[in-house]
Amino acid sequence: MRISLVPMIIFVVLAVIFAWRLVLVNQGEVPNLIPSTMIGRVAPVFDMPVLRKNGAQFFTADLRGKVHFINFFASWCVACRQEHSLLLQLTGQGAVLVGIDYKDAGQDAVQWLVQMGDPYDVIAVDRRGRVGIDFGVYGVPESYVVDRQGVIRFKQTGPLTVEDVQTKILPLIKELNK
Amino acid sequence: MRRFLMLMIVLSSLSYSSKVFSVQPDEMLSDPVLELRAREISQKIRCLVCQNQPIDDSDADLAHDLRILVRERLVAGDTNDQIMKYLADRYGDYVLLSPPFKVTTLVLWLGPLFFLLGGGWVMASFYRNRKNGVPRPRARKADW
Repeated sequence: MRISLVPMIIFVVLAVIFAWRLVLVNQGEVPNLIPSTMIGRVAPVFDMPVLRKNGAQFFTADLRGKVHFINFFASWCVACRQEHSLLLQLTGQGAVLVGIDYKDAGQDAVQWLVQMGDPYDVIAVDRRGRVGIDFGVYGVPESYVVDRQGVIRFKQTGPLTVEDVQTKILPLIKELNK
Repeated sequence: MRRFLMLMIVLSSLSYSSKVFSVQPDEMLSDPVLELRAREISQKIRCLVCQNQPIDDSDADLAHDLRILVRERLVAGDTNDQIMKYLADRYGDYVLLSPPFKVTTLVLWLGPLFFLLGGGWVMASFYRNRKNGVPRPRARKADW
């Protein structure tokens, strides 16, 4: 091989790699998204108090038997406002809607839900964010679809979009209910 | 021994003094041995919010929670490796600033070696060509 061709070949290879990545990003891939290790795994063990219901607890075992859509939210989270109307659309679509109130203070979440509307069937409180860590949450909002066996099947990092709901989440919930 | 370790902690934090000091005093463990281990682990764990900082340097809320978690597990008697594994189980290998040697990370680990050898090869053939193939430019006088 002629030596003078080497820089040329390196350049072409790099150009192809960069172009390929740019196309992927253009198609909607998020480069700084961290792939979840939780998909395909049983939901972590938790035991959380239920919001507005004194003494009631919500356990991992409660996930069995029905498809669940778990949404980590917080009253202080701006992006949660953005996705909230989509959550309202998810009610009655074949999944139990679980809200996990992530690191909120006092009754902030109660007020927030009064103001924004309450799409959830159950709301559990994760005051210290430990359940979030067990789920691999690194920023709210994050959402998970859990099947009837309690296995995590899907994770959405960041706010839901109409497209995600229509093309990924609703079809998945439908399939898991079969 | 305890004094020596305390001194180590103080000195190691001085070496970070150019940065904002992220580990809050109320996070620290009273046992200097454990605290030193906590710092050591925290420097190897990536903050998932500010993705190129270890949790030890990060002011993100999650980094704070993870630092506390690391310390709780230390007090509970976990080894350093157990704690790293605990976090990697939840956030993936991504959370480890130094990725493990695996099939999926082969390119990452062996890539530099490949480039070194490739570069060596390019240089070797460059010098070989200069010696044999390409005629050396003659002294000008002879060309006249």
